Amino acid sequence: MASPDSQRLDRRTAVKWMLTAAASTTLFGVVGAAENAAASAVRPVGGHGYGTDPDLQKNYQPGDLWPLTFTDRQRAAAAALCAVIIPRDDRSPSAEDLKVHDFIDEWISAPYAAQAEDRPGILEGLAWLDDEARRRFSRDFSGATLLQKTAICDDLADPNRVAPEFGTAAKFFTRFRELTASGFYTTPEGMKDIGYVGNMPLASFDGPPATVLRKLGLE
Amino acid sequence: MPLLTSRKTQPSYDVVVVGSGAAGGQSAYTLAMEGAKVLLLEAGRSYDPVTETPMFNLPNQAPLRAAKTTDKFGGFFDSTIDGGWQVPGEPYTSASSDPKRRFMWWRRRMLGGRTNHWGRISLRNGPYDFKPHSRDGLGFDWPIAYEDVAPYYDKVEMLIGVYGTNEGFENAPLSPPGVLLPPPKLRAGELFAQHHGKKIGVPIVPTHRAVLTMRQDGRRLAPILHPGNPAAQRILIDAMDRRAACLWATHCSRGCAVRATYQSTTVHLPPALASGNLDILPNAMAREVSIDDHGKATGVVYIDKATGRENRVRARAVVLAAGSGESVRILLNSKSNLFPQGLANTSGLVGKYIMDTVGAILEGQIPALENLPLHNEDGAGGDHAYAPWWLYQQQHAGKLNFPRGYHIEFLSGRQMPKAGIEDDWGWLTGGSYGRRFKEDARRFYGSTQRFAGRGEMIPNDDCFCELDPTVKDKWGIPVLRFHWKWAEHETRQVHHMQQTFAALFGAMGGKVRQPPAADGRDAIMPGGRIIHEVGGAIMGSDPKTSVTDRWSRTWDVKNVYVADGAPFASNADKNPTLTIMALAWRAADHLLAEMKKGNI
Repeated sequence: MASPDSQRLDRRTAVKWMLTAAASTTLFGVVGAAENAAASAVRPVGGHGYGTDPDLQKNYQPGDLWPLTFTDRQRAAAAALCAVIIPRDDRSPSAEDLKVHDFIDEWISAPYAAQAEDRPGILEGLAWLDDEARRRFSRDFSGATLLQKTAICDDLADPNRVAPEFGTAAKFFTRFRELTASGFYTTPEGMKDIGYVGNMPLASFDGPPATVLRKLGLE
Repeated sequence: MPLLTSRKTQPSYDVVVVGSGAAGGQSAYTLAMEGAKVLLLEAGRSYDPVTETPMFNLPNQAPLRAAKTTDKFGGFFDSTIDGGWQVPGEPYTSASSDPKRRFMWWRRRMLGGRTNHWGRISLRNGPYDFKPHSRDGLGFDWPIAYEDVAPYYDKVEMLIGVYGTNEGFENAPLSPPGVLLPPPKLRAGELFAQHHGKKIGVPIVPTHRAVLTMRQDGRRLAPILHPGNPAAQRILIDAMDRRAACLWATHCSRGCAVRATYQSTTVHLPPALASGNLDILPNAMAREVSIDDHGKATGVVYIDKATGRENRVRARAVVLAAGSGESVRILLNSKSNLFPQGLANTSGLVGKYIMDTVGAILEGQIPALENLPLHNEDGAGGDHAYAPWWLYQQQHAGKLNFPRGYHIEFLSGRQMPKAGIEDDWGWLTGGSYGRRFKEDARRFYGSTQRFAGRGEMIPNDDCFCELDPTVKDKWGIPVLRFHWKWAEHETRQVHHMQQTFAALFGAMGGKVRQPPAADGRDAIMPGGRIIHEVGGAIMGSDPKTSVTDRWSRTWDVKNVYVADGAPFASNADKNPTLTIMALAWRAADHLLAEMKKGNI
């Protein structure tokens, strides 16, 4: 475990995640975890919130209000996971296409207690993803094939069928999925995909159309 | 809006009104339109919904997809400015560290107060609600009856515009013909609940909300509201002409730039200002009511927030309308030789018998609502339907183990996706991801439901507020300390709510997300959470057992009125805002008459 950087590492975090990741850890795994833990080791967030009287009309983008966190490598892992959770299909782009990973970066970088609670879990989880991909496939998660990414995610996705050694990673996955959905379905493309057709002024509100009433047996 | 700084205020007014929300707005409106010279003090900044409301903005234009934060507790687009569960520099404290005994207090510092974001649900108290003690021996009767308030309910509904129907349910009074606006059509989920609710005897009908489903006819209404006052009629007609009908998009909690919903800032204050009789002073934090040697109020002492300096304004009468908690705080902080325990507190009851609405929810999902053909369900930016309390007879016959009722609120359907959307239906997906997750989202979106009970709480000795002996806000003003404890009356009611909601899901062929709470204590929301806090200066017919009289006037000081929810002697399940406005109008009429008679 010793490395030149060991004093800057959050060793306890790295060890916790590694132990849940695999019984026999490869060299790559050790180095990867250490490196990622160092990058994430949970620097406190910077910047200020938008205050109690922000301009509500302005258009805000991630990074406008407080500095973002992701390193290139974390950003690549997050983008790749976004694309696995919400991939492109014939109805809409992927969460990665819509840069939902930037929203997740904004979220974990926010100077607010509720959002900051997600920070360690997301950063450690992204590091774990890379470690796990290296352990299994000798490459970072973002560089893995879809089949390889799916193999990892299948071990994490269903909260009712997670093996004990993936418990922490599964919690990360569940939370990441929630955030990905928040980021994706709040865009015009995501709203269209899910079937939200409001937010336009109408001259009258006519209630559900006949097709809906018929389907509900309410004619 | 034309606003003032401290330097430009007049040396003296007929009335100073503290607070600019439902109570302050209504007080200022009635007084100014009928000729009194009024100064309105608002602790927050000026605010204009016409220019400031983010009407069609999408969450991806906001920080954090508009999620709730400790700067914007109701989410980024919620109209609340400088407020929420905490106000920086202006704390409140809790006497107990037990989470079940905490009290939450939503305040804000902005013109129009909470009327800018409220749910707009506008239900009348019924005859039973003013005489609850006479019915079941609990709590207190009001010194007034429904008939005393009914004319003012009529007037407020006509002024602000309320949609709804007259269904004729027990203790749910009818509005006279021509008063209510037509209700919006019910949404798919509301119709489905209505249809299947019948199977278990839960009646679901159009709710009442302060949203214009059609434009107001000022020429018809103004002469009814201001008989014999052509100047007021002209002003009101002009003000009503400026309000548009609902455009069937965007949630009312953002506020409304076209003035289709009632907000004090778009409905009460503009005509009151146009009368030329109203001055508004924002950023003025009222600290106490000043008193002369004869025990008569002479005006209000306030902090000018811009300079931090203390100022005084003189008036013949004072109307406290700061929100029940803040009005109580002002009374308790108004200490003098004549009133060492605080103003109007010779009964010792200022701050006593505070109440909130009993709240609990249950979530579930209804397969029949999955994969519905796409259609727009925005509607009137809030609820279209509700279930009025339907078990008065069973309750009166002793067949229920709790004494007071509740109504059910629910907002169904395909509302604008927001941060946290996956929490609505993620539990149904079995942890899917990838293409299946996208299909699951399309399938389950709009098929989930959340029933919310809103019940009557009975005032009790354990729920009160007082001045904290040590803590002060950043202006140096002592803050409130809250004591809270739900009684079995409320927790048993919540248990019944939970059973009812589960039965509703069952009747609709749906499933609950989690089983209904076996013990109401586990599902009841904290005190204050529903933001219906009332009481603390309850009205009665005896100065020894009440703080205010039948006119919302303090017994001790004849020229001080309390126009917000503080005089409520009970807190019916009906949302309090409409009643606050009706009583504020009634109090203002009384004050005008007293001034004309020379009594004040």
